[in-house]
Amino acid sequence: MKILVPVKRVIDYNVKVRVKADQTGVDLANVKMALNPFCEIAIEEAVRLKEAGKASEVVVISIGTTAVQEQLRTALALGADRAIHIETELSLDSLQVAKLLAKLVGEEQPDLVILGKQAIDSDNNQTGQMLAALTGMGQGTFASKVQINDGKVQVTREIDGGLQTVELTLPAVVSTDLRLNEPRYASLPNIMKAKKKPLEVKAADSFGVNLQSNVTVVKVAAPAVRQGGIKVESVAELVDKLKHEAKVI
Amino acid sequence: MAILLIAEHNNQSLKSETHKVVQAASAIGGDITVLVAGLNCAAAANEAATIIGVSKVLLADNAAYEHQLAENIAGLVAELGANFSHILAPATTTGKNFLPRVAAMLDVAQISDVIAIESSDTFVRPIYAGNAIATVKSTDAIKVLTVRPAAFRAAQTGNSATVETVAAVHDAGVSKYISAELTKSERPELTAARVVISGGRGMQNGENFALLNGIADKLGAAIGASRAAVDAGFVPNDMQVGQTGKIVAPDLYIAVGISGAIQHLAGMKDSKVIVAINKDAEAPIFQIADYGLVADLFTVLPELEQLL
Repeated sequence: MKILVPVKRVIDYNVKVRVKADQTGVDLANVKMALNPFCEIAIEEAVRLKEAGKASEVVVISIGTTAVQEQLRTALALGADRAIHIETELSLDSLQVAKLLAKLVGEEQPDLVILGKQAIDSDNNQTGQMLAALTGMGQGTFASKVQINDGKVQVTREIDGGLQTVELTLPAVVSTDLRLNEPRYASLPNIMKAKKKPLEVKAADSFGVNLQSNVTVVKVAAPAVRQGGIKVESVAELVDKLKHEAKVI
Repeated sequence: MAILLIAEHNNQSLKSETHKVVQAASAIGGDITVLVAGLNCAAAANEAATIIGVSKVLLADNAAYEHQLAENIAGLVAELGANFSHILAPATTTGKNFLPRVAAMLDVAQISDVIAIESSDTFVRPIYAGNAIATVKSTDAIKVLTVRPAAFRAAQTGNSATVETVAAVHDAGVSKYISAELTKSERPELTAARVVISGGRGMQNGENFALLNGIADKLGAAIGASRAAVDAGFVPNDMQVGQTGKIVAPDLYIAVGISGAIQHLAGMKDSKVIVAINKDAEAPIFQIADYGLVADLFTVLPELEQLL
């Protein structure tokens, strides 16, 4: 069984982002970049399925400038077998990403696609669902448990109010939630070995997909700053303030 | 403008998120049609017909829609939605699951987690865990949006729109519902509660969360948690407030033993009044709290319960 894992290079989740003064976006110059945390979980799950003998090959994909090869090498160091870089200078929306991935699914014919539930930069939570739609596959979003049994995958999903388990016919798309697993760290020998693993570069233009989105960003602003509050000395004072000043209880 | 809004319900009654999305839809302007898709869900459809602003309710009652499987619901919504200018659903796990699938089927983008409507084609949404606010404009023929319920007031009831039955059955046949394990709770739902009290790693264990119960009872509050508390196994994950959990905006949010990581703040910083109780005076949560109390939560909580 072949597993495809699309991954994204994003700002490191510990970085406090700054909005550019001209409101055109977020300042990413000289900011630490990393694998999107949900993508790390997707790689980990694919590698575990391989280690459990359920999968034979794990292929990682990333779309973007040459810089994304750094994240693909990380994914290879974590246990992926080979990588595909779809090169473009454009910053794509989920639908365009899903269309490129759908073409790749056509070429690679994976049995399972595992991706993160959302990227922590755009916070969209769309790509997996859109890819499933375009390929006609079933989708197991927000997965906290994945079990593969003869031609089917059972996915336990984190939903509002609890958990839900669905069964999907393979091939299928699974998107990872935080509690699916604890991603491993890449060891130094594996980082060295990853440099020799195959990494294929394809031009995004060669897929015959219209990469233009109909959504444009008018402006990006910093959120309203909350007014600095006060420290109270005692519980009695707190209750008094809530009752008489804030009037919320 | 013709707006199709997909109701959130449990086959018996509507969830309050639906009323909030109706409010958002009213800001776009135009006729609002609410789709209630499920099994034996006529009561929920009748309830939708009472929301002020709704002109029509479509009821799709079929076993294929019982568990809101994305593959089946998306087929239905994509078919019906082709005749509308806007398709809206709440940004809950249900909405987030099926709506992007609908958008891709209609070959249009989706705009996620809308917190404000500027006009019929311009919308405001948070990015980077709420650390930046993007205003985006869509020229797509059909605007597909998930709406953050916490950002809108609930539309009032007292209407009596017509309810029409939709016969279309979409069963993609690639997915099957197996089981569900829902957390039982007598308290208000997190996303709808007027007061939320949340515990973090500082609670130390799951048993100590009981210290929040008495306070929650007195305030009619829902109990939430930080990711640290969930990952440590103190409480189930559907109590998690944050970027990857629930987004809440209650009148009063009380953070107990929560340091205030940006991912947590993304889920609660639009609360009207924030109270932080933490023994670390340097905890980032104090930078956004209206009222901070630097003290040990184990002495504060019983005292607070008594004084309320």
